[in-house]
Amino acid sequence: MITFRMNGLEVKAEEGWTLLDTAKFYGLEIPTLCFHEGLTPHGGCRLCVVEIGEGLRSKLVSSCTYPAEEGLVVRTDSARVWASRRMMIELMLAMAPGSKVLQDMASQFNVTQVRFALRNTECVLCGLCTRICAEQMDASAIGFQQRGLKRKISTPFDARSETCRLCGACMYICPACQLRCQGPNAETAICNGCLTMEPTCLEHYDDLQCWMYDAGRCGTCVQEKKS
Amino acid sequence: MKQYRAHLLVCAGTGCVSCGSFKIKEALEQEILKRNLQDEVQVVATGCNGFCERGPIVMVQPDGIFYQLLKVEDVPHLVEEHLLKGRPVKKLMYVPPAEKQPVPKMKDIEFFKHQRLIVLRNRGRIDPEKIEEYIAFDGYEAMAKALTGMTPQEIIDEILFSGLRGRGGAGFPTGKKWAACAKEKATPKYLICNGDEGDPGAFMDRSVLEADPHAVLEGMVIGAKAIGASKGFIYIRHEYPLALKRMEIAIAQAQENGLLGQDILGSGFDFDLEIVQGAGAFVSGEESALIASVEGRIAMPRQRPPYPAQKGLWGKPTVINNVETWATVPNIIRRGADWFQGLGTETSKGTKIFALVGKIANTGLVEVPMGITLREIVYGIGGGIPDKRDFKAVQIGGPSGGCLPAKLLDLPVDYESLTAAGAMMGSGGMIVMDDKTCMVDVAKYFLNFLQDESCGKCVSCREGTQRMYEIVKAITEGKGKESDLAMLEELAKITKDASMCGLGQTAGNPVLTTLRYFRHEYEAHILDKRCPAGVCKNLIRYVVLAEKCTGCQSCKKACPNDCIKGTLKDIHLIDQSKCIKCGACKEACKFEAIEEQREEAIQII
Repeated sequence: MITFRMNGLEVKAEEGWTLLDTAKFYGLEIPTLCFHEGLTPHGGCRLCVVEIGEGLRSKLVSSCTYPAEEGLVVRTDSARVWASRRMMIELMLAMAPGSKVLQDMASQFNVTQVRFALRNTECVLCGLCTRICAEQMDASAIGFQQRGLKRKISTPFDARSETCRLCGACMYICPACQLRCQGPNAETAICNGCLTMEPTCLEHYDDLQCWMYDAGRCGTCVQEKKS
Repeated sequence: MKQYRAHLLVCAGTGCVSCGSFKIKEALEQEILKRNLQDEVQVVATGCNGFCERGPIVMVQPDGIFYQLLKVEDVPHLVEEHLLKGRPVKKLMYVPPAEKQPVPKMKDIEFFKHQRLIVLRNRGRIDPEKIEEYIAFDGYEAMAKALTGMTPQEIIDEILFSGLRGRGGAGFPTGKKWAACAKEKATPKYLICNGDEGDPGAFMDRSVLEADPHAVLEGMVIGAKAIGASKGFIYIRHEYPLALKRMEIAIAQAQENGLLGQDILGSGFDFDLEIVQGAGAFVSGEESALIASVEGRIAMPRQRPPYPAQKGLWGKPTVINNVETWATVPNIIRRGADWFQGLGTETSKGTKIFALVGKIANTGLVEVPMGITLREIVYGIGGGIPDKRDFKAVQIGGPSGGCLPAKLLDLPVDYESLTAAGAMMGSGGMIVMDDKTCMVDVAKYFLNFLQDESCGKCVSCREGTQRMYEIVKAITEGKGKESDLAMLEELAKITKDASMCGLGQTAGNPVLTTLRYFRHEYEAHILDKRCPAGVCKNLIRYVVLAEKCTGCQSCKKACPNDCIKGTLKDIHLIDQSKCIKCGACKEACKFEAIEEQREEAIQII
């Protein structure tokens, strides 16, 4: 057992656990995007950053890749962590404003504006698709190409891949392929509908009976909050 | 052994080679044959002397005479005068800028006088392609000592005690790294030499590899003994053909002589080396990315810990050190940690090589003791700023280093001071800038480099550098907003904070240091739409000054877009609608009659 401190609490982790695993075990919520339980952690989206160490030597690390260490001091929700997470959401939203996952996160973290020109590349290069293709589907039909500003995901030589079985796992796992719900201002960068809207179903049923996820999540039957 | 009365040491570093030093060498050899001096005089091709500004360079030993800027035509005269008549040729010697008398001897030239050569001790004096010459200058003595007379722990203790810190940039104590790897149980262990030097304007590792490949080799064998490794890799950029060639020769020679391979020097210790060619990504210099690249994967950093010393190449304990670090090791073992301890400052020991480039009189490679001030490097060794211009800033530590202003010229060069000032030691690039340099433009240049070279894994680094570039570019085009500066600061800090590897964690530095020391220049661009240095093309316009123009037509001839009108001996005019602002006219004008002016200033007039 590895013992360390997380948000002031003494926690115990098993050998091989990451900081994210430990946080989940103790019920501490850390947002993630490029992380998936069935895949190797990537550490690219930087949403799961946490602050480790104290004083001048403290730094941010991605909790999905950082192993639990004896005696470590971890803070999962410091001001520094939040500033970074919100900037990451803003940066990713500027790339893929059509992503429902990102739009929901923006509302959850109260990101209400995107200060950058929209790129609409509809891909945030999280690498979930390349990993599910390689690790779960045993195909490695797609992968990262180039670096920096030319980075993209594609098949070798951009040609139709011989190993691709059209299984669709890449689309299934993509956080940008699920399009945003049609809130009232779909053409703007940030919907934030969830912040100002409430589900209409609540008027008809006292108990929540929406058959889509949780009430209002589908975004089809929302109305503006009556203040 | 054959004795010669004189040696002609022709510099064969990349700088001099590109100026034609191989042709000089050929001409010298022919001339010597012609005069039947081949039994008295030997011509040797050596590694880089460092004074690249003055290449091609030839040293004549044992007199120590330094000849510079040689041409093939000078060779017969040189051989006749110096080697036959014994009269050194004054007109081929170095003349300091402010003086008239030439300085004949290398050791008296300002550029060389203040340097302290340890890593580069063999530069310009041995032929890097001959192992015998390296051995003649105490080469492989340290290796013999380490292999036959020291235990691994003693070697590690010696390096630890010497205070040697990694020369690749971050300055991690080398001894600690070795100790961490040595205590790992897993086998086999590996060694890697990081020769993926990618900073714009830096050529330290290249020169060490070209001038003294055996020193790197020797250092690695010592390191291998210390940690118990049996195999090593030398990672050299594909873009360094000469370094690759010399390293291949060095490895082959060492193997032939029993200094690499099975049972080295009869000590029972086995170690072999292999060269791996880099494919030219800046991020490959990051150790975990470099390991990925050696393994044949895309050069993309991963989370540390586990550190390479625990799980490195193919999951085995691996020590990665920079070229310069490896080349320092034999010196420490040979001369002792006490001696090395005595050089440098409290926390930074030894010497550091810097590539001195930019707006500086003596461009070249210098090795100086740690703790020397920037002023001594720029004005003492570098000879100051040419063309009587003023010093504005020096950019240290590569693209993710920082720009330090004139008021910090007395800053001692060591790891801590540089980091506190917002720059970093980096691998040792030093770009000097004069008052005609626009700092916003400089920040834009480095951001452009970084957005290209970021591996693209972390959102913070990939998007952060791209967005910072967008903002800074808009500022240089006169489209900046007042809120941009706060935005830039926020982005730069978060890029540094949230990124995984050293590249992202320092990618905000060019913006942060220019904002810290040159904020007024950003403000001039944003508020007054003015570029104080007259660099940003959108904010200036080229105008002919009527009172100075003689109508010589040289600007008209230089203009690539035919937008200058005017007949001979008549005042010329620039057609602003066609001008592409390349500045060729200004360079061509001998009368300083073309000036860059602020866009608005002209509109008001």
